[in-house]
Amino acid sequence: MGAEKIDDIQIEMMALRMRKRILDMSLRCEGPTHLGGGLSLVEIMAVLYGSVMNFQIENPRWADRDRCILSKGHGVLGLYTALAEVGFIEEEDFQSFKQNDSHLISHPVMNLDLGIESSNGSLGQGLSMAVGLAWAARRNSKNHSIYVVMGDGECNEGSVWEAAMSASQLKLGNIVSVIDHNGLQSDGSTEEIISTSQLSDKWRSFGWKVHEVDGHEISALRSVLAMRSDTQPTCVVARTIKGKGIDFMEDNNEWHHNRLTQTMYERAVLSLTGSN
Amino acid sequence: MLELTATTSKQWSRIGSRGMYGQAILDLAGSCPELVVLSADLGNSSGLDRFKKSYPDQFINVGIAEQNLIGVAAGIAKEGFTVFASSFAPFIAMRASEQVRMNMGYMNLNVKAVGIGSGLVMGFLGNSHFGIEDVAVMRAIPNMTVVCPADCGEIVKVVQAAAEYDGPMYIRLTGGPNCPIVYTDNYEFEIGRAIELKVGSEVAVIANGSMVAPSIAAADLLTQHGVSVGVFNFHTVKPLDEQMLTSISKAYGLIVTVEEHSIIGGLGSAVAEFVSALDKPNRVVRLGHPDYFGKTGEYEFLLQRYGLTADGIVDSVLTEINK
Repeated sequence: MGAEKIDDIQIEMMALRMRKRILDMSLRCEGPTHLGGGLSLVEIMAVLYGSVMNFQIENPRWADRDRCILSKGHGVLGLYTALAEVGFIEEEDFQSFKQNDSHLISHPVMNLDLGIESSNGSLGQGLSMAVGLAWAARRNSKNHSIYVVMGDGECNEGSVWEAAMSASQLKLGNIVSVIDHNGLQSDGSTEEIISTSQLSDKWRSFGWKVHEVDGHEISALRSVLAMRSDTQPTCVVARTIKGKGIDFMEDNNEWHHNRLTQTMYERAVLSLTGSN
Repeated sequence: MLELTATTSKQWSRIGSRGMYGQAILDLAGSCPELVVLSADLGNSSGLDRFKKSYPDQFINVGIAEQNLIGVAAGIAKEGFTVFASSFAPFIAMRASEQVRMNMGYMNLNVKAVGIGSGLVMGFLGNSHFGIEDVAVMRAIPNMTVVCPADCGEIVKVVQAAAEYDGPMYIRLTGGPNCPIVYTDNYEFEIGRAIELKVGSEVAVIANGSMVAPSIAAADLLTQHGVSVGVFNFHTVKPLDEQMLTSISKAYGLIVTVEEHSIIGGLGSAVAEFVSALDKPNRVVRLGHPDYFGKTGEYEFLLQRYGLTADGIVDSVLTEINK
């Protein structure tokens, strides 16, 4: 129990460093980044990479590794910073974010050596690939899990539900989808665009086991993300705050995709850490 | 293993392109334990009934969900399996176009997408089911290989070659039951290498899919008109056999392309794009489906309407050389 508490704190520290790095990356690239949706999934990614997932940094193609697909590809700031924390992405590569010809751009580009499992950016496609990966794992008698991190707005895409139906039909208990439920999408709130008020019921009705959780609560995330059943896919609906951790970005959709100036950066760091 | 002979070519022709795809897949399963076959609720229409019964653990019907079909196929392929996924041509090439682009193109994953019933063979089912733009869409996507076999024997060759080939591929099946026969004996097939079927000196007819057989017949008829015609099977639209095309350009005057596809974006466009950049470009005439949605009817009626028969090709060639 004590060790778990220490681990939770370590993951909280990891999340804090990830947020700071997100700000650094956004400032350094001198252009707009998807800050809001990157910040909202920091704890989710920190728990996945810091605690739940099995992988080997020295052997990134390890057949038994857990796979994580960032289906909401614009959330890369949350992915790259987690991969940097655990050692997949080294500092030199990390500095190249949004530089010409970089591996690291505004959406993930498949690169197994860097721990990036798939190319994304076009919403609604990651879950289908996950169904294929999960089917193949079972066929190969492998026990690893497939995690798919999705957006609540992304669930507007019909292809999400095609994949959701097939995951339960194929009894793929080795899939865990995580919905970053921050309640905002590009043009406004999910409530005014396509309501997500019944999101959990929708996933349940598609045959999934659903857990609702505070998406910024480390211990709660750790327990639900480690759960999976034998024959039923799991969906974790994680309630989050877009722009989490930076007071003037929280729940403010102006930060869906925006440029961080030096002045704003300083304000953001102050908000995050209480000091410059 | 299926072997092409005079006898089997007749049997396979009767089965038709879709049924033959299923037979070729069933045959492949014996030598390819990593084979996984997917369908979007058109398994029976793809001739896969026997495969499904014989290898239930290697067959997935994802339901009427072509976008998911390609994504799931890509996930399985990513783990090292040999994956074939089929549906009607427009549903793969257009309904799932972006999944093809992301998974097969961008991520270069080793999926063989099979568009059945392409061209006009769906007849009275209408334009909703026709495949007249699929080559245009597929060949514009980087990393894609696009193959359109000439007859049922070549379908067997393509399926076998596709299983050996590591990379994404679109296999386009044209023609119905009682497909015209092009090949009655075993021959060497290689993806990306066109085949000279008939040597001539004046007009080169470049065709693929269902249009190869009528092109050969047209060449024979044109001989009676005193026109010397060469015929080439460009089964692979991408990568285009540029070496063969360069030789054709030097040896012939007029080039005529024939395909059961829109005149925009298919084999004819691919040939014209390449030939137009040569030092001495030939005149290229593209025969195919005109750029409109026409009224529909029986398959043979439609082929005649659009001049995609031996007589139609003869008329077009005579008109063009007399211009």
